[in-house]
Amino acid sequence: MRAKTKVAFMKIAAVMSLALSTAASAQDNRTFSSGYRFVEMTGEELFGNVCQGCHMPDAAGAIGAGSYPSLVGNRNLEASGYAVYLVINGRRGMPGFGDMMTDGQVAAVVNYLRTHFGNNYQDVVTARDVRDARR
Amino acid sequence: MAGSAAMYHAMTSLGFASASPYKGAIKLNGDPRGASVLILGAGLAGMTAALELRNAGYKVQILEFNDRAGGRNWTLRGGDSFTELGGFKQACEFESGLYINPGPWRIPYHHRALLDYCKRLGVSLEPFIQLNYNALIHSSRAFGGAPQRIRAIKADFQGQVSELLAKVTQQGKLDEAVTREDQEVLLQALRSWGALDRDYKYKANLISAGFRGYARDPGGGLDAIPLSGDPLALSEILKSRVWRYLQNFANYNFQTTMFQPVGGMDMIGKAFAKEVGGLIRYNAKVTRIQQDDRGVTVSYVDTAHPATVQLAKADWCICTIPLSILSQLPVDVSAAMKAAIDAVPYAGSVKVGLQFKRRFWEEDEAIYGGISYTDLPIRQIAYPDTGFNRSGRGVLLGAYLFDGANAYEFTAMTPAERVARTVEFGAMIHPQYRDEFENGVAVAWHRVPFVLGCSGDWSEEARAAHYRNLCQIDGRIALAGEHASALPAWQEGAILSALDAIARLHDRVMRT
Repeated sequence: MRAKTKVAFMKIAAVMSLALSTAASAQDNRTFSSGYRFVEMTGEELFGNVCQGCHMPDAAGAIGAGSYPSLVGNRNLEASGYAVYLVINGRRGMPGFGDMMTDGQVAAVVNYLRTHFGNNYQDVVTARDVRDARR
Repeated sequence: MAGSAAMYHAMTSLGFASASPYKGAIKLNGDPRGASVLILGAGLAGMTAALELRNAGYKVQILEFNDRAGGRNWTLRGGDSFTELGGFKQACEFESGLYINPGPWRIPYHHRALLDYCKRLGVSLEPFIQLNYNALIHSSRAFGGAPQRIRAIKADFQGQVSELLAKVTQQGKLDEAVTREDQEVLLQALRSWGALDRDYKYKANLISAGFRGYARDPGGGLDAIPLSGDPLALSEILKSRVWRYLQNFANYNFQTTMFQPVGGMDMIGKAFAKEVGGLIRYNAKVTRIQQDDRGVTVSYVDTAHPATVQLAKADWCICTIPLSILSQLPVDVSAAMKAAIDAVPYAGSVKVGLQFKRRFWEEDEAIYGGISYTDLPIRQIAYPDTGFNRSGRGVLLGAYLFDGANAYEFTAMTPAERVARTVEFGAMIHPQYRDEFENGVAVAWHRVPFVLGCSGDWSEEARAAHYRNLCQIDGRIALAGEHASALPAWQEGAILSALDAIARLHDRVMRT
């Protein structure tokens, strides 16, 4: 039932997604998506509007009853395929974003993470890499 | 068919027999002979288990991460403060008596277990208004951006669809599907259901106005005669997709009658805590769960003194820790249960409560309770279902995002920005926001330290592969919570899962 709802949402989103990103960029250009999928395109914006919700603005993660891992200087990002896999599929409590981001968006946010927050991996992930990783 | 089967059939056909899996207060017969149970988590699942097991003669102890009972059963009032992950702290500045429920906020009439515990524990209920015909449906891309009354959208959609169906019926296009005799009745039904005139047309007249509302209401004296308004064009209703909001009133989970506890949802958690509060060890963060054939040992730390690991032991364990957290802990369970624990992502959800100087939605717009729906990122505005018609301040739910991109986008903001954006968007629907807003609080569930998400977001595939493994008793450990139910994110799921787990556990104890 949930899955069906999501498909319905996504069809609606496909029709409308380009329309609304302007609806609320009132003060400081924050982007809002209109449907189930994200409209943010750059790695920086995807990080700031999605990832930092859990991994925090400084990417240092957080600790409560459980924790969100720090992405700062994170050796797990060395293998780009692992980061791509995680963004697409999620892991444990982390939701997968494969249905909510295009190949290009996944590549953009992974490239951003791998070159910021004390990470400096220069090999670039392409949209084609992401497409291949989707199985 | 004979005897009880016949009786059951008769009762269900009359609608007397309950469709609920809840069959009344649980009976755990037999003496557990001093067996002990350690319960992890003092939310509704954990406290249900504690209450019933203690009453059945078990030695019960609860470890709770928070400094309060209830878990996601939670209410924020003026004077409360809340620090989310990342250290962002909010002080709720609502006037005394005003509140929001950041988590669960409504109880369907068919959640019989939760309703029964409310009755047994003395929690007073009042109606939760899911459908207010005078609340709004708003599309930023239709009707010039002007919000429309739910009654108008519903009547105009239903009326014009009825008119179309009446037309094809009269043209004989349904002759193969519907008998002549039934077509006559169908036409009568469409006229009645759709507010059609004698020519089966849906028009601006006092028939449609009787459904959609009037341009001028019937009055008294000289100008008493009502005026009808113009229906919204079917094409615009279709293209704007505002019809999809009508699902919020048709869905079984949201059908009237719904309830809320008087004074805030946490009245339920507090009522449970009055019964079992003495069994709870607060500020206890579980760090490890071990078991062998003799019992269960749980390592935990006091959140104020995390360096010192303490141990709690019992014969059995009911673990209600959300899977978002449990999946990070070392837990001695089978590979199948561990795979199930790891298989469930946690949904994002955000709620924002706003206080205003006056209840303008009632005073200016005659909106008494209920929910307005919008395609703006705030998605919903829910008006308080209590304190009607009072003068003075009021608190409404200014945003309720569940799943989807906007829930993440709002989670990623600071609490102050969430509130500011909620006011900004809401002012597009209620311009009074600009003058009347005073303060607000915003809870993004992915940043809530004790759960790291709103609820278990089972995919159909994961449920098919793992759900039964999650719910099996594994040695001496059984899991409970909304994540171990077919009612994700509902309190009823938490309670039913706890009742099912303790019934099976008790059965095992009685047999050993």
